[in-house]
Amino acid sequence: MADQLAIGSRRGLRPALPLLLPAYLWLTVAIFLPLSAMVFFSFMTDLPLAGKEWAFTLGNYAAFFSQGLYSTLLLASLRLGLEVTLWCVVIGYPAAYVLAKVLKGRSREAIFLLVILPFWSNGLVRIFSWAMVLREGGILDTALNAVLPFKINIDLMYSYPAVIIGLVHSYVPYMVLTCYLTLQAIDDSLIEAGRSLGASRLQVLKRVIIPLSMPGLIAGAALIFVPVVGSFMEPRILGGRTGTFYGTVIEDQFVAVFNWPLGAALSFILLAVVLIILALAAPVLRRAG
Amino acid sequence: MAGVTVANVSRSFGAHQALDDVSIDFPDGGFYALLGPSGSGKTTLLRQIAGFDFPDTGRIAIGGESVERVPVEKRRIGMVFQNYALFPNMSVADNVAFGLSVRGEPKAMIATEVRRALDLVQLGKLGGRRPHQLSGGQRQRVALARAIVTKPRVLLLDEPLGALDKALRVDMQIELKRIQREIGITTIFVTHDQEEALTMSDRIGILRDGRLVQEGPPEEIYDRPQSEFAATFLGDANIFRGDATGSGIKLPDGTTIAASTGASVPAGAKASCAVRPERIQISTGAAKPDVGNANMLTGQVSKRIFAGNNSTYFVDREGQTLKVIVQNTGAERLAEGQPVVLSWSPESTVLIAA
Ligand SMILES: Nc1ncnc2c1ncn2[C@@H]1O[C@H](COP(=O)(O)OP(=O)(O)OP(=O)(O)O)[C@@H](O)[C@H]1O
Ligand SMILES: [Mg+2]
Repeated sequence: MADQLAIGSRRGLRPALPLLLPAYLWLTVAIFLPLSAMVFFSFMTDLPLAGKEWAFTLGNYAAFFSQGLYSTLLLASLRLGLEVTLWCVVIGYPAAYVLAKVLKGRSREAIFLLVILPFWSNGLVRIFSWAMVLREGGILDTALNAVLPFKINIDLMYSYPAVIIGLVHSYVPYMVLTCYLTLQAIDDSLIEAGRSLGASRLQVLKRVIIPLSMPGLIAGAALIFVPVVGSFMEPRILGGRTGTFYGTVIEDQFVAVFNWPLGAALSFILLAVVLIILALAAPVLRRAG
Repeated sequence: MAGVTVANVSRSFGAHQALDDVSIDFPDGGFYALLGPSGSGKTTLLRQIAGFDFPDTGRIAIGGESVERVPVEKRRIGMVFQNYALFPNMSVADNVAFGLSVRGEPKAMIATEVRRALDLVQLGKLGGRRPHQLSGGQRQRVALARAIVTKPRVLLLDEPLGALDKALRVDMQIELKRIQREIGITTIFVTHDQEEALTMSDRIGILRDGRLVQEGPPEEIYDRPQSEFAATFLGDANIFRGDATGSGIKLPDGTTIAASTGASVPAGAKASCAVRPERIQISTGAAKPDVGNANMLTGQVSKRIFAGNNSTYFVDREGQTLKVIVQNTGAERLAEGQPVVLSWSPESTVLIAA
């Protein structure tokens, strides 16, 4: 078996090189080069534009540690990432389960389409439509007051819950998709075997299905947590004054203050923190599975 | 332990009737094979007994207790799946322990029972392995150990040996039979391998298009099939069709065939006769057939297939090809194209109502 594999990969890699080349070229041009430029910027005092003076410095990184604001915002963003990820699990996993194990044929396709739809709509349109729903006198407020006998005021606009709702809506498809793929791969006979051995549906879920879908949950969580921690659009539009997070501060450096070096340094600190968290969390989650 | 009763069970999927008024008594402690062609409803019947699916009408009882609306997990059955269905996220020992552990049995008791079950299937040393580290035969044994460790009332197996190669399959047949005897559990076994059904079971039920065609001990079905389908599905048979004479049938060409087993068919009605290939004596005509071989036909050898301990002759006669199996005793072999005389006794001839 091992021999076969070795032969297979030896024979397999060389002819594959021409096929892999475009992908590597693309990665180099599209990701590696801009990213290296950003690393470079993050160690500069100013942008080397229009003959401005610049020098190398560690000051941009030092700023993160000297000003408590940045680490406070980073913590808030991490908490936001955690909460959004949890909500995505709570909403996305059952949806994926129903899609993979309960629905068949036509109805599965229809629901799938509904789940994927946010992917295909423009991010700004999505966020502004939430704004219409959530604000006072908006769709949610009007609808609830039309049904309920007493008067209530719903104004979720510019609040932390609004940010959560917007982000969960944007990112829950990732969780549904990754969980759907792993759940789909679980043979129905495993569920039947569990029940024939006297396990209730809940016990089968806990002992067989959830452990076997752990890879999907982990992949989904990673796909959601990382961009949410750095997110700026949803917090800015739906959060208003309460929507200042680590991501919005980075955005400010790039588009408002024009302090690219500080923005770049803050981004790389975020990247490092997120990578460390993922590295620490992966084995724990895998053992839970 | 308990017997199983299936009474007048029907089940349809849309317009398709997968089970049509099936009634079978599965005796307590017996080994029962459900046999039938693909799509005949074997799996559907087994799933009704297991409780994965419920019948539209009819009654199912395990140990005298009606269970047709009881869900699987409360039926106390053991099931072995064709694809083994071992939990890939658990070790072999944890797989076997699953049924006891969801019941909340004490840890020490689970450990002893798991060890005993693994010893029973001769896998005592492999408890720590993962299912993907086992061979097909070993997985099958784990699946069996897992199904019986909870001391179920009935053991249900859906083509459990279908994925194994021939040699391993014979080993597992013997093994399965030994374990079944040892614990004396009522066993219902689905297969479409007729040889497996014949060698392993105390009783066989033959299904076709959702109906029970015939059931009984293997010898009885083999020796006295009640339909052409049963005769040709379980073993090989030469079928002659004609009009009943009261003591046999008369073929369209006027030849009569005497039959002394099987149904009694009023003279004049359509009927057929079944004769097993190994019951027919074949000779060149020079030698006299055995006394008592009242049935005699002539024909011409069209093909001979040599299979070591026996040979199969295909003999053409009046547009029909008859099959004769002869033990290899060292006597002269007949050449293809040779005219031959076939003879057999009325006792070897089963009369079947059309
Ligand atoms: N869930 C279902 N929905 C629709 N039709 C079904 C379903 N289950 C079984 N059938 C149909 O019922 C018939 C009997 O199926 P069943 O699986 O019992 O056959 P089987 O005897 O086990 O065949 P095989 O030897 O191929 O396993 C088939 O025609 C099948 O298509
Ligand atoms: Mg089947």
